[in-house]
Formats: sequence, C-alpha cells, structure tokens
Amino acid sequence: MTARTASLWQFRQPSVIPGFGLALGVTLSWLILIILIPLSGLAWRSSALGWPTFWALATDQRTVNALRISFGTAFAAALVNVVFGVILAWVLVRYRFPGKRVIDAMVDLPFALPTAVAGIALTTLYAPNGWIGSLLAPLGIKIAFTPIGIVFALIFVGLPFVVRTVQPIMEEIDKEVEEAAATLGANRFQTIRRVLLPGLAPAVLTGFALAFARGVGEYGSVIFIAGNLPYISEIAPLLIVIRLEEFNYPAATAIAAVMLVISFAMLLIINTIQAWSRRRYGYGA
Amino acid sequence: MAHDAASHGGTGNTELVRVATSEHRLARYGLIGLALCFVGLFLVLPLAAVFTEAMRNGPGEFFTVLSDPETFSAIRLTLIVAGIAVPLNLVFGIAAAWAIAKFEFKGKAFLTTLIDLPFSVSPVISGMVFILLFGSHSLIGPWLQSHGIQILFAVPGIVLATVFVTFPFVARELIPLMQEQGTSDEEAALSLGASGWQTFWYVTLPNIKWGLLYGVLLCNARAMGEFGAVSVVSGHIRGLTNTMPLQVEILYNEYNFVAAFAVATLLALLALVTLVLKSLLEMKYSEQIAASRRH
Repeated sequence: MTARTASLWQFRQPSVIPGFGLALGVTLSWLILIILIPLSGLAWRSSALGWPTFWALATDQRTVNALRISFGTAFAAALVNVVFGVILAWVLVRYRFPGKRVIDAMVDLPFALPTAVAGIALTTLYAPNGWIGSLLAPLGIKIAFTPIGIVFALIFVGLPFVVRTVQPIMEEIDKEVEEAAATLGANRFQTIRRVLLPGLAPAVLTGFALAFARGVGEYGSVIFIAGNLPYISEIAPLLIVIRLEEFNYPAATAIAAVMLVISFAMLLIINTIQAWSRRRYGYGA
Repeated sequence: MAHDAASHGGTGNTELVRVATSEHRLARYGLIGLALCFVGLFLVLPLAAVFTEAMRNGPGEFFTVLSDPETFSAIRLTLIVAGIAVPLNLVFGIAAAWAIAKFEFKGKAFLTTLIDLPFSVSPVISGMVFILLFGSHSLIGPWLQSHGIQILFAVPGIVLATVFVTFPFVARELIPLMQEQGTSDEEAALSLGASGWQTFWYVTLPNIKWGLLYGVLLCNARAMGEFGAVSVVSGHIRGLTNTMPLQVEILYNEYNFVAAFAVATLLALLALVTLVLKSLLEMKYSEQIAASRRH
C-alpha cells in the first residue's frame, strides 16, 4: 500500500524500513481522536456563535481585563525569567561551585512539581502572614492576592523554559571566539555584551516565548496566590472555569478562542525564530 | 566542564592573573550568589514549605490524613489515570517517532507541529474541549446520556483530559533521538534477514530505551500532577473523581491546610523522585537521551 502511494504522488521517499503505514496510521488516528477532533469542536462552537456575538463576548470588560492580566503578568514573569534564567544558565555552564549538580537538577522542579502544590506552597510563603510575606508586610509590600503574586507564580512555572533553552546553546559556544575578542582588546564586559549575548539572542527569545506561552495558560499555580478578584487579579483561564461552572458555554468558548489564537500566533513566532536562527547560526534553539 | 577546571582555580596562577576569557572573581561570586538566591527563593523555599507545613502539627496528624479513605481513593484514582494515560501515549510516542524519524514524507514538519500542539494550549482549555464534545449541549451528549455512558465528571473524562495534556511527552523525546541515530542499524538488521518486528525489538528498542524511559518519566510526572484540565472535567466528586492534585485544592479551600500539605507532600516526593531519576538518566546515558537539554 505504501509502495503504491509513493509511486502515485511521491508522498514519501522510498525506504527499506518497514512499518510506515502502521506507524503513521497509529499516529494520525491518535492525533485526530485525542487532539484534532476536540480542538475543532472548540473552533466550530466559536464560529457558530457568529461574529457579533463573539465580538460582544470577547470585548466584555471582565473578559478583557482577565486577558490583559493573563498576558501582562505572563509577559512580566517571562522578562524576569529571561534575566535570571540567563544568569542561572551562565553560572551552571561556566562556574564550578559546591552543590552545582543539585541546583542544576532543581531547575526542573517546576516541570515535575504539580502546579497545585506549587500554588499552595507559594501562597504559604508570600501571604501576608506567610514566611516571606510577614517580613514584607511591615514594609507595606503585598505580594500574594495581588497581580504581583500572579507574576511570582509564573516566574516559578516559566524558569526552566528559559534555562533549558539557553543552557545547551551556551555549552556549545566556542571558547576561541572569546579568546579572539580578548586578543583584539575587548574587555570581559564587552566580550559578553557584543560577542556572546548576540549569539544567544535566538535562544533567549525562544525561551522567553516558551515561558510567556506557558504563563498565559497557567492555572493551577496561579489561582491560590492570585486572590481572584474580578477585574483586578482574575486570570483568563479562571474566568473560563467560572463561565463553565455557570454553564455559560458561549462566553467560555469566546475567551478560549481568543487565547488559542494568540497562543498559536506565539507558536508561529517561536518556529520562525528557530528557523531564522538555524539559517543564521547553524543551530536551532 | 573540563575547561572550567583549567580556567578557574585549576592552578594557583589563575587566581592572581585572571584569564582573559573569565570574569573577575568578584563578578563570578556575585553571579553565583545571585543565581543561588533566586533558586533558593523560587525553587527551594516552596519545596521546603510543603514539607514544613505538612508536619506543622507533628507526624501524628500527618499520618492520620494520609490514612483517610478520601486520600486513599484520590491516590488510587491518580494511579489509575496515569496507569492508563502513560501507556497509551507511550505507544503513540513510539509510533509517531518511528514514522517521523525513520521516513521522509510530505507534511512531516506540519505533523511535528501538530504533535506539540497540547503544549501551547492552556490546561483549562484542554479540559474544556471535552466538555464541549461530550456535554449535554453537544451533538453526542444526549446520545451518551440515553445510553447511560458517563464520560464527563467520571474517570473516562479525567483519563481523556490527561491523555490530551501528556500527549507530546514521549514522542518529543524520541523523535530527535531516533533522527540522530538514523536508519543504518535497522537496515543492517533487515538485510541480515530480520523481520520488521524483530528489528524493532532487538535493534531499535535497545537503542532508544533510556530516552524512552526519560520520556515516560516526564509523561508520568505530568499525568499524576495535572490540575487544570482534570479540574474542569472531574466534577470534584469527593472519594470518586478527585485525583490527588484536586484533593489538595479541596482541602486547602476548606482551610484544612495541614491535610492539604500532607497530600501535597506525596506529590512533592513524586516530583523529587522524578528529578533524581531524571538526573541519573542524564548523567549515565546522556548520549542516549537526545532532547534531555532541549525541552
């Protein structure tokens, strides 16, 4: 069967390896059943709303605020993660210090720790009567139950994305490039700023985009620390849950559709950056 | 790592005369300090908080919570869900990697992007799509209802949402690994007369086993810890459709903090075991784990 498809329109290049039909068949059916049919259901439901209804639901003030909070806090957290993620990756790649292996392993904690656990732990730390919150409260700084709390949760969630994207590219940097810069009279700061960082830019951007995309959709770690005040600290995924619990499916669908469109645009941007960096630097992030 | 030793502190000289390709010692200590503070504040402290809060009233109460039947049923459900979702995505992951890594065909890049799709969908939306699909307002909802098939607010819905969320993990790990390994081993086996399945069992599988284990490990951690997607489809029926993360949420919202953190401890231990195994795999079999550093 595969041979015939190949001869008909060169769907695939000939190969002696067997099992193409079976493997692709399993892959496609699973993909269609689990991912594509459910997602297209969402697309179909939102298109069935009709444009005026969709627009009215999507521009509802509470929805707009929730989307703004989700994207705004995710953006802020991704920025913080870029700064500290690059520093952390640099320290892990370049320096030797006791406990380095443990720190390296700990970076993946946000991938492994269930988000609900992260959420209640961070709330315990940063609530006004919490470990750190109680130290900040006398200074008038409030973190938990404000948008800053959301940013803190998203910093936790997004950190490994930046570190793990930048780290391998840093490891590949050829020491000779730095030596060349040094012999040409650049001081260390200039070498880092003008020689090393530009080469890392695509990886940093990819890490930023991944952390941002994850932060926008994050739910579990945020809802405990956010305070969830409508218009102020209510994230878009929570508003979807609230609308679903009210059986207000059109509103939930509209919010989800807006989020998905923006997320897919992000995915496209990530892929473009990666393709561009592969062409320019010979490696992908 | 080797050049580290040479450039920093390998010989006494480097401390006196700074190598041109390393930073000033103070800058180095400053950066290490900054990184450690950040890791401490955002990663170590939250983890420490989970264990401390769970033990707040002593180990007695901790173990009372863990032996509660509700906790027990949450653990059971979590194990059942992961026990179904992980093997399903394991089979899918191997099939997808076989098709994508061993063959050249049209639309391959697009297929790879589609497999990654669940990563860019909010967990809440991942759960919601199944509500739209199987809910009473949907096309098949009434049919399911009249035939007494319960998908939402029951175990099937939780499994579906978990499968959706953990869909890419194994495939993502295997595709780059198998692409790196190429097809020459398989071609040799086939030319020596092995059948397709024999080639897979005796040639491919041994080549990818550590990468596979790595993917399964990450897939399992996510399957057991998934919150958003499962929360939307579970209906939060105590003792019936509560997974461990949902049980944590319910207990916490009831201000039963010690109990919430006690259940959370189990999940945190799972995370720690995952991290340890992951590090061991990376250390011992780094050449067989392709994407270990490329999430």
